Amino acid sequence: MSEDVQAHIKTYMKVGGALAVLTALTVIVSYIDFWGVPFAVFVALVIAATKGSLVVSFFMHLIEEKKMILATLVLTVFFFIVLIFLPLLGHADRHGEYYTLPNANAPTAAPAAGH
Amino acid sequence: MDIPYIVEERADTGLNNVKLGIWLFLASEVMLFGALFSSYVLLRLMAVEWPFGVDVLNVPLGTFNTAVLIGSSVTMVMAYASLKMDDFGRFRMWLAATIGLSLLFMVVKGFEYNHEFDIGNFPWTSTYLAIYFTMTGLHALHIIGGVVVNTYLLFPGSKMWTTNKAQFTNRVEAAGLYWHFVDLVWIFLFPVLYLL
Amino acid sequence: MADVTTTEQAAPAADAHGHEEHAHGDHGHHDLGFWQTYVFSVDHKVIGIQYAVTGLLFLLFGFVLMMLMRWQIAYPGEPIPLIGEWLGDERAPGGIMLPEFYNQLGAMHGTIMVFLGVVPLAVGGFGNFVLPLQIGAPDMAFPKLNMASYWSFFVGGVVMFASFFVPGGAANSGWTSYAPLSVFATTGQTMWLVGMIFLITSSLLGSVNFIVTTIQLRAPGLSFMRLPFFVWAQLVTAFLLLLAFPPLEAAGVMQLMDRVAGTSFFLPSGLVYADAPWEATGGGSVLLWQHLFWFLAHPEVYVLILPALGIVGEIIANNTRKPVWGYRVLVYSVVFLGFMSFVVWAHHMFLTGMGTTMSSFFQTTTMIISIPSVVILSALFITLYGGSIRFTVPMLFALAFLPMFGIGGLTGLPLGLSAPDIHLHDTYYVIGHFHYVVAPGTLMALFGGIYYWFPKATGRKMNDFLGRVHFWGSFISINVVFMPMLIQGLAGMNRRMYDGGEQYLMNADVLWLNEVISIAAWVLGLFQLPFIYNFFRSIKHGEKVDGNPWQATTIEWQAPSPPPHGNFSAPPVAHRGPYEYSVPGAARDFLMQGEPDTAAEPAKV
Ligand code: HEM
Ligand SMILES: [Cu+2]
Repeated sequence: MSEDVQAHIKTYMKVGGALAVLTALTVIVSYIDFWGVPFAVFVALVIAATKGSLVVSFFMHLIEEKKMILATLVLTVFFFIVLIFLPLLGHADRHGEYYTLPNANAPTAAPAAGH
Repeated sequence: MDIPYIVEERADTGLNNVKLGIWLFLASEVMLFGALFSSYVLLRLMAVEWPFGVDVLNVPLGTFNTAVLIGSSVTMVMAYASLKMDDFGRFRMWLAATIGLSLLFMVVKGFEYNHEFDIGNFPWTSTYLAIYFTMTGLHALHIIGGVVVNTYLLFPGSKMWTTNKAQFTNRVEAAGLYWHFVDLVWIFLFPVLYLL
Repeated sequence: MADVTTTEQAAPAADAHGHEEHAHGDHGHHDLGFWQTYVFSVDHKVIGIQYAVTGLLFLLFGFVLMMLMRWQIAYPGEPIPLIGEWLGDERAPGGIMLPEFYNQLGAMHGTIMVFLGVVPLAVGGFGNFVLPLQIGAPDMAFPKLNMASYWSFFVGGVVMFASFFVPGGAANSGWTSYAPLSVFATTGQTMWLVGMIFLITSSLLGSVNFIVTTIQLRAPGLSFMRLPFFVWAQLVTAFLLLLAFPPLEAAGVMQLMDRVAGTSFFLPSGLVYADAPWEATGGGSVLLWQHLFWFLAHPEVYVLILPALGIVGEIIANNTRKPVWGYRVLVYSVVFLGFMSFVVWAHHMFLTGMGTTMSSFFQTTTMIISIPSVVILSALFITLYGGSIRFTVPMLFALAFLPMFGIGGLTGLPLGLSAPDIHLHDTYYVIGHFHYVVAPGTLMALFGGIYYWFPKATGRKMNDFLGRVHFWGSFISINVVFMPMLIQGLAGMNRRMYDGGEQYLMNADVLWLNEVISIAAWVLGLFQLPFIYNFFRSIKHGEKVDGNPWQATTIEWQAPSPPPHGNFSAPPVAHRGPYEYSVPGAARDFLMQGEPDTAAEPAKV
């Protein structure tokens, strides 16, 4: 039992370290402009997803969890994806012309966005 | 009357009630924040202009806070591991550290908010700031909830350790799962709001 | 399950006949005092009854709002008789209803009926009371959470009710609270949002509890495929609440921000309100609100209907003395239905400018989801075939449910196809359609459920004659209410019309129906009086019955009536499926789930 926990503790420390490294990485990468915004978004999300799965797998012990819980989470993730993408697709697919109007206060937002 | 499977696991599911309950709760939380992320993506893609987080927020402070929250996840899981090793003294130390880090996070967050208000950035200033304040505000409420639970487990709730070790360990595990989830949300909030 | 045989001796064949003396003494928790026994109780049965009674009161309240509206629709501009004077000048000066007040009534009728009436009764009431008993559990898995759930619901209800008395009155932007109207609306809308947050919290706490209870606290031997259909229906419902409600909570928070913090999540740029540009950043999306709202609200309609289907399944099996036809098919259908209900929501948004690709997607999913509904309905109909039907009062309601739900479902198909929906959207056809599902449908089932489980909760039956009066009166008048609405809607009459559609020429031919509908609605109200009287009278004076007055099979009928704290005198064990009626060769025409197998009838595990 106790050795088991000891082994776990080693993992926790490693995961903690990995998370710190990945945090630094994502910040650094965000300052470098590789191939524009879409690529930056992609990289940031990949790093965040990696960090997230480390937390879920090890801190939350999901990799050793029972299948009842895994099944519930798979279901949740599926609906999560539906929730993210269907409204988006609904907006993307429209009839006729569709213009977005600029923010009414664009001037006030500009100073913040400017630098 | 005793409700079965509060502590021991049910044979066919391999779970106790609390474990299943907290995961279900977290599933609903996924959908809660999911809706906010969905709104974020949609509003951003629709927007004519959208500031880069780097230009508005303080990235070093945000990075620091990320590290603090990750640290608190480590201390939380250590608190749980200490109970598993029957070391109540260490448990208290680690849990106190978790609470301390959570409070530190809130203090830093407070400074950030304050700074935004000082330079005239309010929720009504732009859609970006609106979603920033809404998401981080809701996240901060979750942090406060976690602090309350952990403080309870540190002081009055810890009496249960003398009467029912297994159940107390379960409670700490559940509180930990919740806490890691709050950390997880931040792991996504940070790049989305600060870096992109 | 492993230990079916070891605890077999304990199976309480005796309480099946109600001879078991109440097991109060065994459980330690006596003398909790009035407050903890009846008000802040953690016992699932008390909480269930609290939920049911509160839900019934809100149903009555929502119905009264509707009866007021129907006056205005039938006799636009005429003073409301009797009570018109009391409504006050800001609502109905001289007894004549103001348009603003009509809008409040409409929005609050919808909100109250859905979130404070049917859901609390169907899920909070029946779920809490029946589900733990049916699975042989001593209580819910988290009794304190259960109490918190009820009180959160209660606070939400109080906030909603109080909103009628703030300046500007209650929310008036429809139960859908579409932006941007709702963002401009008076204070009542803020109360609506706050109230909703309490109601959502309550549902989330409840749904976690239901799922854990069902999965963890099933009696030994009660495998998933032996669960009564009602339990399955509640389990799927709980998942819907768990995963669909949080997005509305998020949307509610965002709308609250729009209203109190001046953000523009749901406000596009360039809005003009009351002749002046609206002061906000803009750049938001009104359709975002609709997406998030319907992400909940479509699954919500299954929350309204699934428990009703579960109740009807129980009553029909019991009163046809037959196993329900196609148990497995029913279970798979209900699970599939629950799953699909998350991907059809934008069929409420065909007219928002959504393109053909997405419309086709949502049309397709909508047509697919109708399949399991039809399968369930057919299975229940087929169950009737060849049964020796007992026409008890609960059975009358269950029988009425089937065609009513059928009409509701079939009238929904044209709405799920975008071409006809262009004509039908926002007309009284829609009102007729969904009321056929939730009023003649769900309400009938819920009344049936009350008559069916009343003896379990009180140890007494409700009066049979009054029950029949209630049934026939309600069944006929409710159809006279909703059938003409379908006709009006097909003629093109808009919903949410303060004057009942008078100003539109095209409505001229169907306008006379307004009065018919209104009178039928008031008659329907009158026919609830025998029910109310019967309900309260029977608590003390109803005919006394034993533990299993309907000769039913499922485990709740093994407990004494009313069940003591902790429910069962001995932990129940399930030995067979839920509907073993008229088993060939058995001594009686039903075999209870908890009865041990006799030598003559070998174990079928
Ligand atoms: C049984 C008696 C009932 C009657 C006579 C009735 C009647 C009506 C009528 C006439 C309207 C349309 C008002 C308008 O468009 O101006 C309406 C709206 C509505 N009703 Fe009912 N109803 C009943 C029960 C219920 C039940 C049980 C539910 C829900 C479970 C419900 C939910 C709604 C909703 C959601 C609306 C739409 C409100 C809106 O326009 O925002 N009703 N009802
Ligand atoms: Cu729908």
